[in-house]
Amino acid sequence: MGNVIGIGASPKRKEDQRFLTGRGNYVSDIKRPGMTAGVFVRSPHGHAILRGIDKGAALASPGVIAVLTGEDVAADKLGSLPCGWGISDAKGVPMKEPPFPMLAQGKVRFVGDMVAFVVAETPEQANAAAELMTVNYEVLPSVVGVLEAVRPGAPQLFDDVPNNICCDWELGDKAAVETAFRKAVHVAKLSLVNNRLIGNPMEPRAAIAEYEPGTDRFTLWTTSQFPHVVRFLMGALVLNIPQHKLRVVAPDVGGGFGVKQFHYGEEAVITWAAKRVMRPIKWVASRSEGYVSDRHGRDHVTEAELALDETGKFLAFRVNTLANMGGYLSTFGPNIPTNLYGPLLGGVYTTPAIYCNVKVVFTNTVPVDAYRGAGRPEATFVLERIVDVAAAEMGIDRVEIRRRNMIPKEAYPYQTPVLVQYDSGDPMGCLDGALVAADVKNFGIRKADSARRGKFRGLGYSTYVEACGLAPSRFAGRLGARGGLYESATVRVHPTGQVTVMIGTHNHGQGHETTFAQIVSEKLGVSFENVDIVFGDTDRVQFGMGTYGSRSLVVGGAALSKATDKVVAKGKKIAAHLLEAAEVDIQFEAGKFSVAGTDRMKTFEEIAGAAYVPHDYPLEVLEPGLEEQAYYDPVNFTYPGGCHIAEVEVDPETGTVTLVDYTAVDDVGTVINPMIVEGQLHGGIVQGVGQALYENAVYDEGSGQLLSGSLMDYCMPRADHMPMMKIATHSTLCTHTPMGVKGCGEVGTIGSPAAVINAVVDALSHLGVTHVDMPATPNRIWRLLQNASLPVAAE
Amino acid sequence: MQISFTLNGRPTTVDVEPATLVAELLRERLTLTGTHIGCDTSQCGACVVHLDGLPVKSCTLLAPALDGATLLTIEGLHGAPGSNQMHPMQEAFREHHGLQCGFCTPGMLMTAVALATEKPDLTEADVRHGLEGNICRCTGYQNIVVSVISGAAAMNAAKGE
Repeated sequence: MGNVIGIGASPKRKEDQRFLTGRGNYVSDIKRPGMTAGVFVRSPHGHAILRGIDKGAALASPGVIAVLTGEDVAADKLGSLPCGWGISDAKGVPMKEPPFPMLAQGKVRFVGDMVAFVVAETPEQANAAAELMTVNYEVLPSVVGVLEAVRPGAPQLFDDVPNNICCDWELGDKAAVETAFRKAVHVAKLSLVNNRLIGNPMEPRAAIAEYEPGTDRFTLWTTSQFPHVVRFLMGALVLNIPQHKLRVVAPDVGGGFGVKQFHYGEEAVITWAAKRVMRPIKWVASRSEGYVSDRHGRDHVTEAELALDETGKFLAFRVNTLANMGGYLSTFGPNIPTNLYGPLLGGVYTTPAIYCNVKVVFTNTVPVDAYRGAGRPEATFVLERIVDVAAAEMGIDRVEIRRRNMIPKEAYPYQTPVLVQYDSGDPMGCLDGALVAADVKNFGIRKADSARRGKFRGLGYSTYVEACGLAPSRFAGRLGARGGLYESATVRVHPTGQVTVMIGTHNHGQGHETTFAQIVSEKLGVSFENVDIVFGDTDRVQFGMGTYGSRSLVVGGAALSKATDKVVAKGKKIAAHLLEAAEVDIQFEAGKFSVAGTDRMKTFEEIAGAAYVPHDYPLEVLEPGLEEQAYYDPVNFTYPGGCHIAEVEVDPETGTVTLVDYTAVDDVGTVINPMIVEGQLHGGIVQGVGQALYENAVYDEGSGQLLSGSLMDYCMPRADHMPMMKIATHSTLCTHTPMGVKGCGEVGTIGSPAAVINAVVDALSHLGVTHVDMPATPNRIWRLLQNASLPVAAE
Repeated sequence: MQISFTLNGRPTTVDVEPATLVAELLRERLTLTGTHIGCDTSQCGACVVHLDGLPVKSCTLLAPALDGATLLTIEGLHGAPGSNQMHPMQEAFREHHGLQCGFCTPGMLMTAVALATEKPDLTEADVRHGLEGNICRCTGYQNIVVSVISGAAAMNAAKGE
């Protein structure tokens, strides 16, 4: 049976060898015979009417093969880029869903909106020709902020979307909340901004498309988190290519974080163009091009109110949010600030009444969609901030007010007033663990030490829960999902007992090749080295939904677990025949099929051999072969959560915030590979810290120019921004997933922004500071301090 | 123009347009795609290679600068061609989970090896400061820092043998 490495072990990753030696296979590494280069001409204006495009000079430029525009798209009667979710307002009126043409038609609606596609022999020639394109724009005023976009007289993006409001969405019992507010002893109020972010996977987006006239087949290599969904959306809804004539491959992908989980216009344009020019075409985005075309994240403006009784118990929570959608609806766009936001406003608390209104607003900015956490960090930030505000106003300790309102472990499963039912959890246990790990009891000593050095020290808490494992299809369908959200896995046992798994999720850094192999190794008793995981190719893998929403292990792993169960079940039938025993008497353990109570057994390899060389085989009742497929659709979301504690030091001279300590105790359910889970938490936390302290996508109101248009202007977290984080898990098991797993990809990003900002506010609270908007840059803090009549020296 | 240089231990001569960037030359002409391009402003460090033993960002270096020089890329860092033998720094990254999606990894490794060569007894602060020119979006840097310190110690130990 060899080297079984199962659940709970931390083997080194299978995928590392190729990445460490420079042998990864990313889209931009791929070359095809006769390959040409494609370049997109993008709008330099935030908002303009297209008065005409002159291709002449570009077409005459050396090496140019084709120049395509929105008129060509219209002439070929191609579809609009589809939105995967259709939300409705309280009266059931569907959201406004204007078309999203793959190349702009009539109007451009954000800087970066695609106007034309130039194909040439080389990238240099394509770029030179793109410079020669004459596009006649009638520039209109742009509106980029949500507050500005809903004001009377604001520039209107679409003729049939009054006030730029896509949907006026709501959730919860408004009347019950109003009643509770009337009874409240105290009402805490908070206005805040959830800053706009750019996902920044280190690999820029890229695509190669090829058409083979001999077979009438298309192949698209793309930097995608969900190649099957791209094949479905693009083939069936945009380009009218039959699914069996379209292969989509997402090979090694250099990070996603949501940015690569949408169907992009670039993919459709390049695939369509490949047939027109009868040559393979390659497009690779520059980082700056990505900044004006990768879907952005977050961007909310929110007013929140929390009603409390005299003991600090939460009576009701009311949230009004304006959420930026950008210039068009992206694949998941309207789902993020609604269905993935409102239902999380209960947090880990027993708040009995919650009401949430979200106005989803079009603006002249890049479309906004899911970015790691997607809706849930925004919800957590509002809730965990206002809890601190309420605690300060009522003079209750911040930990104590959380304890008074937390859902006790015994109360699970817990039905919230905002749709979701948490199956399991122990927020108090996570909090207790984190208080110890963060050495909170000695914080006063550290704060005094900081004060001696002229620094303000602060501590911040975030006790949070999220919904992941996207998603139970029935539930999602009621919320407006236009597709299912199950996952699939095929377990192919070879005649010699080695295993190849085909799975519909996509691995782009999460270590699935290792984690999934551990599951198979444990379940089938086969050697870890003898399991390979195949993903990311629609020709090799059955239909699957891809990787996002912390779903791969939760949903894909469950499908894999089910498929291995089917393999064992079939193996038992074969073993019963070979061992001349009843099937019910066959046991499978540690890679051996045996007859209960005897020493008669067959190894997994022997059963695999018999399945493929069926000379002695129950052919009358059983098919040869040993390959099983399973689809799994979860019955509920999973609800990871935990407690994060951030400790910061603020330098009043410069306004610089230094994160000096960070502790996370998270409940992610069963941990398959602790090393990988810890790595996911590290990365997630730093992305949240980035939002809290550094990152901000800034547009210029009026012109619609993206001011933070490159890595020079958009501050990414670097190695020296971070202390060593302390990570631990405090797991309760998910009650409805086969292995008890909950998912861990997004928890870090969801829990951390509130912890960091709460720490910053704590550090400055003695100056009367009650809130700091993200990112808490030196500039922002320094200005706050100037306005706060800073004492001569810190305490 | 024609340039001659030593690439991963082998004499190499190529004809290039003078405006060719080293990263492009490596990736497009010499099919060494381990050197990655992650940005257009010399910020991310995915393209770091060693020019005459010093780490440089190959996305902002013109190919003529290679003439007569010695260039080491990620493909030349590990053992004999075709073998799976790895450099101690590569081993350390695997051991300590210092990579996730792998895109920044070649640049991280080349920078890390240069840091460890310059200062064998690296502290955490040295490493964090030394990695300022390399961005990773996946790992949160923690395991990279641990990997670099461990890899530097292993390089040191190997030198002592």
